[in-house]
Amino acid sequence: MQPFRFDLCELPGETKGLREEIRAFLAEELARVPPVTRAQTWSGSDAEFSRKMGAKGWIGMTWPKKYGGHERSFFDRYVMLEEMLAAGAPVGAHWIGDRQSGPLLLRFGTEEQRQKILPRVAKGECYFCIGMSEPDSGSDLAATRTRADKVDGGYKVNGTKLWTSGAHTAHYMIGLFRTHLDPQNKHAGLTQFLVDLKTTDGITIRPIKDLAGNAHFNEVVFQDAFVPDDMMVGTEGGGWGQVTAELAFERSGPERYLSSFILMVEMIRELEKQGGEKGAREIGRLVAHLVTLRQMSLSVAGMLEKGENPALEASVVKDLGAIFEQDMPVRAHELLGLAPTIGEGSDYEQVLGYLTQTVPSFSLRGGTREILRGIIARGLGLR
Amino acid sequence: MNELQTILSDSVNGLLSERVTKNLVQGAEEGVWPGALWDEIEANGLTRVLVPEAQGGAGGTWADAAIVLKAAGEHVAPVPLAEAVLANWLLAEAGIDIPEGVVTLLDGDFNLEGGRVSGTAAGAPWARDAVYGVAVFGESVALVPLAGADIEPGINVAREPRDRVTLKGAAAATKPADLPRDALMLYGALIRSCQMAGALGYLSSQSVAYANERTQFGKPIGKFQAIQQQLAVLSTQAAAAGIAADHACAQLDKRVSDAAFEIAVAKIRVDDASSIATSIAHQVHGAIGFTYEHGLHFATRRLWSWRAEFGAGAEWAERLGRETISRGADALWPHVTAR
Repeated sequence: MQPFRFDLCELPGETKGLREEIRAFLAEELARVPPVTRAQTWSGSDAEFSRKMGAKGWIGMTWPKKYGGHERSFFDRYVMLEEMLAAGAPVGAHWIGDRQSGPLLLRFGTEEQRQKILPRVAKGECYFCIGMSEPDSGSDLAATRTRADKVDGGYKVNGTKLWTSGAHTAHYMIGLFRTHLDPQNKHAGLTQFLVDLKTTDGITIRPIKDLAGNAHFNEVVFQDAFVPDDMMVGTEGGGWGQVTAELAFERSGPERYLSSFILMVEMIRELEKQGGEKGAREIGRLVAHLVTLRQMSLSVAGMLEKGENPALEASVVKDLGAIFEQDMPVRAHELLGLAPTIGEGSDYEQVLGYLTQTVPSFSLRGGTREILRGIIARGLGLR
Repeated sequence: MNELQTILSDSVNGLLSERVTKNLVQGAEEGVWPGALWDEIEANGLTRVLVPEAQGGAGGTWADAAIVLKAAGEHVAPVPLAEAVLANWLLAEAGIDIPEGVVTLLDGDFNLEGGRVSGTAAGAPWARDAVYGVAVFGESVALVPLAGADIEPGINVAREPRDRVTLKGAAAATKPADLPRDALMLYGALIRSCQMAGALGYLSSQSVAYANERTQFGKPIGKFQAIQQQLAVLSTQAAAAGIAADHACAQLDKRVSDAAFEIAVAKIRVDDASSIATSIAHQVHGAIGFTYEHGLHFATRRLWSWRAEFGAGAEWAERLGRETISRGADALWPHVTAR
């Protein structure tokens, strides 16, 4: 028996109005944004755009109203997400707060933390980054070494976080630090903290250029940085369980198969221009995979709406989604043979230039392909 | 699954897992018609799952039929169960009485003149064992008795009967029905997609079970990461195939005349999954899975046959791709989300 189930899930008819509203909004907002910029989708960051989304009520959509949320369904949120991604909207600034740090605070945060922070996140004014990876702790997350030592009134943090996307623009980091070392059980003794990146002394954020020359991620060094007691999230030593729950949110969304969608659109546009029958078979295959992935992704949204835990199903969608997204530039190259470009060339060539260089990260970020398949194998009863 | 579907699933899977033994499948490959199995399938009403109650059927939906069709694939039932499910649905859609006896599909080059059918179908499933064939002419459905037909036996690589049927003015009962273009190929692709999804589920669970049993280097091979990673891929492909088939059936339940897009998606996706999954299943099983003695090949040979029947994935992809390109780049997302 398969350990995971993908039941069909149809979006309720009421979501149609919201979809139309979002499309009209995006048609205006993105009218002059070139495809190569839109290809960045959820890596693209624009504080003004985030504030506009906040004003529309499209951040924290499912959260309680008392924390600035809108108490809408997971399906409404799903429609918002897929419309933003398909259009290539610059949702990166608020993305992590909306997707995982907000839900984490709702679940494990203190009342004070929720009241202080969540309404600002929902307004599109307060951004988050995730402090998990370290120089010696990538896939092996429990190898975390950054220490938070108890001092009077709080904790003193020392160590280095790495590959921290958006740390340079974020107001807060949710950091996973070691508060206790038990050599027999490395999963124990990990604790999550809210770190105010704008006011805390002893934190140095350095950008790391990626292979394409962009600086989305950073090295964050803590040197005797003081984090007060009331910034602990959840329980001391409960970090591993909390992070595992958080990663289910990180892996479950439509961003795990729509990151190359703009290239698919530009490929079709290029083939339209060239006329004839060229490329029909390849496009047909891509459409079949896209539609199937969307159904799988919707199925996960249906599980979230029912309050079920889709951790395993999310890993399946993320693994299949990354294959699809990474296949796209390969198909594009085989089909059209045009050179990828930077800063010049047609829309198609520039989008290809951006994505060809970017897709290797799609099976690294948020859990590598091998880690995901390990999770699936455990679900199958092999581990 | 709703409660009725759970009952249906238990009943069809119970029946097939008990009756479809290795001996029975092997016998069928040697040309023995498994009559007792067929009679039991008929007695349980499985071939009439899509026929309205008023016409003597179970009045089920395509979502219900998917359960039967997937089970037929999962248990490699060597009978034209899927073909009969579709044939009886087409007859019911046209308002033709469902006949007694084995009924199959005639997908070929036929013409209809004055109620008489002439022409040839190259690979008609189990025609040699069937009493009737169902053909579609434009917007009419025809029920053709096969008693006087010229039938030349043939097989696919799964050794399922795929016979050449030649009709010369066979008398047929015909009635018009509201069917889309290429109805037989379209719905044929759907029944095969469902059967394939079932067979892929079997490949996944069978391969995991084998990896947990087979020991090498002092431990079950399923403990090796190299094997675990492969089995994870196999299971994700099976999952994708399953939902693609379900999605097409659900669409057909919503609007009979407009499921061609989803059916194409299903056949393409299931075809791709089959290529990946059969390869992994055999790799994990090693040499034993390459023997006739081991039953793995009953499923893999069916997948290799079925992925080419009623239009290979490539053929459907070309059709879907042409439609997508002509609809235009900016219409893709609205089209996908409007359905």
